[in-house]
Amino acid sequence: MADVVKTQRELTRRQFLGTAAMGMTLASAVRGTAHASPERAAAAMRAVVGDAPVGIGKVGLDMPPIAENGNSVPLTVSVESPMTLAEHVRSIHIFAEENPLPNVAHFYLGSLAGKAQISTRIRLFKSQKIVAVAALNDGSFWSGSAEIVITLAACIEE
Amino acid sequence: MARALIRMPTQAKKGEVIEIKTLIAHPMEPGVRRDSTGRLIPRHILNRFVCTYNGEEVFRADLFPAIAANPFLTFFTVVTASGELAFQWTDDDGTIQTETTQITVV
Repeated sequence: MADVVKTQRELTRRQFLGTAAMGMTLASAVRGTAHASPERAAAAMRAVVGDAPVGIGKVGLDMPPIAENGNSVPLTVSVESPMTLAEHVRSIHIFAEENPLPNVAHFYLGSLAGKAQISTRIRLFKSQKIVAVAALNDGSFWSGSAEIVITLAACIEE
Repeated sequence: MARALIRMPTQAKKGEVIEIKTLIAHPMEPGVRRDSTGRLIPRHILNRFVCTYNGEEVFRADLFPAIAANPFLTFFTVVTASGELAFQWTDDDGTIQTETTQITVV
């Protein structure tokens, strides 16, 4: 016990800072692999759209700007489309950049869908940007996004 | 069988666009949480939802752990004829739950 105390006392400021810095680097490295990042979200999005360009617009995301609890956040996504046989939305894909898994949901609309609007409730790990991508029948892709602040994250408590 | 709720009009005019609300009891365990002993709780979610109208697919969803517990989904359909709407949820363990409702064209 006495030895331990002595060792701690002998630890210089430089050693302490070095150890602390290493710990922080390790922590951020682990964090980087365990959680999603905008890059992983972009990769998840590319898996859906391929190399096609994604326009900004037509897609609206309706969700509260701030949520107390990330376990259940209401989300409504809508796409400006007449939903006729000639012009309709084929699918809508939702991504959360900072969630452990960036995919949230893929929605596929049949020819009877009538209106390109879907509501659900989602889990968010922390404050972040939510992106929705819509695939239209003419082959074009459109996206919309919304920022949300979470004060209590999902996925951490038992 | 988990408790499922479907809310939609039972009567509508032909060509009308109606809103369908669905809710089903399910923990949607995301697979990233730990219990009090530090063990990872395995993922257990409903990964797919399909709605068909007289056999034709209206709406389909691939769900991920980011969908909140007791999945709630709202979507729309055009009313074409009297008949049956079927709602089907697929669990990670392979079980499928199906609910049906009737609609009458007036």
